[in-house]
Amino acid sequence: MTVVCDFDLLRPETGVAALLPDGTQVAVFLTADGSLHALDNIDPFSGAAVLSRGIVGDRGGVPVVVSPVYKQAFELATGKCLDEPAVSVAVHQVRVRDGVVELP
Amino acid sequence: MTQTLVVIGNGMVGHRLVEILRDSSWRIVVFGEEARPAYDRVALSSYVDTWNSADLELTPLTGCELRLGEKAVSVDRERRVVTGASGIEVQYDALVLATGSVPFVPPVPGRDLPGCHVYRTIDDLDDIRATVQAADRPGRHSGMVLGGGLLGLEAANALRGMGVSPHVVELAPRLMPIQVDEGGAGLLKRLVEKLDLTVHTGTSASSIERDGTRLIAKLANGVELDLDVVVFSAGIRPRTDLDLGLELGPRGGYLVDAACRTADPRVFAIGECASVEGVAYGLVAPGYAMAEVVADQLSGGTKVFPGADLSTKLKLLGVDVASFGDAHATTEGALEVVVNNAVAGTYSKLVVSDDAKTLLGGVLVGDASAYPSLRPLVGKEVPAALLQPGGSVDVEMPADAQVCSCHAVTKQTITDAIQSGVACDVAELKACTKAGTGCGSCVPMLKKLLTDCGVEQSKALCEHFTYSRAELFEIVRATRITTFTALVEKHGTGRGCDICKPAVASILASLNNGHILSEAQVSLQDTNDRFLANLQRNGTYSVVPRIPGGEITPEKLIVIGEVARDFGLYTKITGGQRIDLFGATVEQLPQIWRRLVDAGFESGHAYGKALRTVKSCVGTTWCRYGVQDSVGLAIELELRYRGLRSPHKLKSAVSGCARECAEARGKDFGVIATENGWNLYVGGNGGFTPRHADLLVSDVDTETLIKVIDRFLMFYIRTADRLQRTSAWLEGLDGGLDHLREVVVDDKLGICDDLEAAMAAHVDDYADEWKGVLEDPEKLARFTSFVNAPGTPDPTISFRAERGQRVPVQLGIPEVVR
Repeated sequence: MTVVCDFDLLRPETGVAALLPDGTQVAVFLTADGSLHALDNIDPFSGAAVLSRGIVGDRGGVPVVVSPVYKQAFELATGKCLDEPAVSVAVHQVRVRDGVVELP
Repeated sequence: MTQTLVVIGNGMVGHRLVEILRDSSWRIVVFGEEARPAYDRVALSSYVDTWNSADLELTPLTGCELRLGEKAVSVDRERRVVTGASGIEVQYDALVLATGSVPFVPPVPGRDLPGCHVYRTIDDLDDIRATVQAADRPGRHSGMVLGGGLLGLEAANALRGMGVSPHVVELAPRLMPIQVDEGGAGLLKRLVEKLDLTVHTGTSASSIERDGTRLIAKLANGVELDLDVVVFSAGIRPRTDLDLGLELGPRGGYLVDAACRTADPRVFAIGECASVEGVAYGLVAPGYAMAEVVADQLSGGTKVFPGADLSTKLKLLGVDVASFGDAHATTEGALEVVVNNAVAGTYSKLVVSDDAKTLLGGVLVGDASAYPSLRPLVGKEVPAALLQPGGSVDVEMPADAQVCSCHAVTKQTITDAIQSGVACDVAELKACTKAGTGCGSCVPMLKKLLTDCGVEQSKALCEHFTYSRAELFEIVRATRITTFTALVEKHGTGRGCDICKPAVASILASLNNGHILSEAQVSLQDTNDRFLANLQRNGTYSVVPRIPGGEITPEKLIVIGEVARDFGLYTKITGGQRIDLFGATVEQLPQIWRRLVDAGFESGHAYGKALRTVKSCVGTTWCRYGVQDSVGLAIELELRYRGLRSPHKLKSAVSGCARECAEARGKDFGVIATENGWNLYVGGNGGFTPRHADLLVSDVDTETLIKVIDRFLMFYIRTADRLQRTSAWLEGLDGGLDHLREVVVDDKLGICDDLEAAMAAHVDDYADEWKGVLEDPEKLARFTSFVNAPGTPDPTISFRAERGQRVPVQLGIPEVVR
């Protein structure tokens, strides 16, 4: 289990990055409806660890984050890339316990 | 065996012929009397804006032997040899005469006195300028233009540009007697007289005498004029001084048949020197058509000259004038429908057939916006609505109607290109049909045809807003909404995306809504704006401190060097005269900026859709050739517009003289010093589609210059599309540069005060963004790679050394597993 941060620190429609003990980087997003999503932070197209810095929004109502490097959209719930259906990023479990965001 | 074509004359028409035949099998030899390359004589009066002849030059000719400064002095048709002034002889298989015309100078006593000029070539304008500069009259100089036709008014405009108040003397009872009727000419006279012109019609000069440094002209009506300069522009005559023993037309010009061929089958004549079946033409468009005909004949074709459309639309002294078809109602039984609005300053006359069914021609003065719709209807059925008072010209055009008369493109050609999917917007239509690439007056018609063909030119910003960026700007400005959430709830749908969020963030910033990383705005920002630095391919950022005008003290330069060294940043000089520091991680950014801000640096906004740099040359301070302080102005402009958020990045430059070392004409707004002040150019671009900036105003003082730039930038910011540079914006603007000038110089829309106030608010409101971050712990806290491990850098980032500096180790791209 990794502690990310206090839930209050998150801002709707933005992401933060967390570092796991094994060196994995996870991007955690809070959307406007209050739900949390966690994806691998590494953008598969550029190899840069930057997905947490992408703009959060929706494509046809589907919540997405858009990579800041080459602008592909990834579905927050599934990690699927909407622009290149064969590409996806891993989805992580994320929860809030006692006001703290955790990656179990 | 290769055959040789000799072209005598390197004017616009001769140039066009060679361009068409460039890739043919002909060996082409061109004799040109003028030593300079072919130039746009139609735009001659614009030469006084810059006094740079290169601005008028036509596309350089390739694939031919160009003998500039070599006048053809004789032609031996038996031996088929042309002899040049230097004695050179060239044998031809075909010969094309494109000798153009000579100015007609009426036999006025005194016409050869010093100070009397004709108006035909760049050299003529240089001579006129020399006369004006030598005159010792205090205040404005005084000049006379003999001839009140199209050319005469052009000459008068050129004189105005040289600081001369012109008297225009026309023998006919009205201005532009060939193109415009009495009613239109009356309005034209009123409009041009507001521009410091004095018009004398129905009279002529009876003598010109020299009196000391002045010239005294006596007019036939008894008026005496005290002058510094006299310009003859009373028409032209075909130039046939090269005697080939060929028959001439009834009004001069080498007589040719409809194939532009003289009685000698190897000899052709085109342009103003030709008399096609007895008719000589003094416009460039028929000349181009003749060039097409001869090129076709020389390639084995059978094209003949179709006759010429003498319609014209032009802007003379800022006044729209258009004349088309049977403008003078000479057709038997022709009827006239005239609307003369003296208050609005517009005049329109439609000429229709005796049964009021067929449009024959017309005249428009003051507002010629209907010209592109009307001209193609000549000879076609006239819609009844047109003949009603205030009748609209929004009518269906026949398929064979010519939409673009510069390149003879019909409506059919355009609709074919649209319907086959080849062209989906104006830019693509221009590329594949050439329509709209000449004078540009048909661009609004192209837009209309796109719409008519069902090409939805959606202005919607993205799936979340049906409005264009310009419309959203007005909504935000009028409603004073300050958050994206409120805007999308009230005026959009969904939650937004990577297109609309940064666009709205930019609009909010243009309207001075505080720091761009405020709580309400931070989630809208693209990563560059969110970290106030430029994201690079490995997830690190680059840092560009502002160096206004490219001027920097050694002390500050040392600080940049020390910062780069201490943080191990790759260092490179940019094209905008500043220094880019690469390879900073997000946690390093505030530390770097702490040192830079302490040393007096500010954000350079290299990351933003905002003003980047104002480049400069050293100007008068150091340069032997400079005529103004270009560095001083560049710094003033950069400090004035720093932090200004706009639809796309803005680049600028100031050159201290016409040598243009700062490359100002490649910028969104560029300034070039003149002896009298500054010339302002707008809409330039480098990049993917380079574009030279257009001259907006000339010879203005610094105060006026800044006022016009303020207005230009604010007008652009309010009306451009998302990520549309000024060049594309200007290209797409209805009415183009003329319209822009009407809005930001003449204040036609009455919005200039508002635009200036908006810029003043920006200037007052400016604060350095990086200083704002360093002073605010909440904003600072966002500069961490990991929220659960602040201070720990991203472990995927690593560097290697190259040429003594750190560069990123490439992350396994582009091998994406798909």
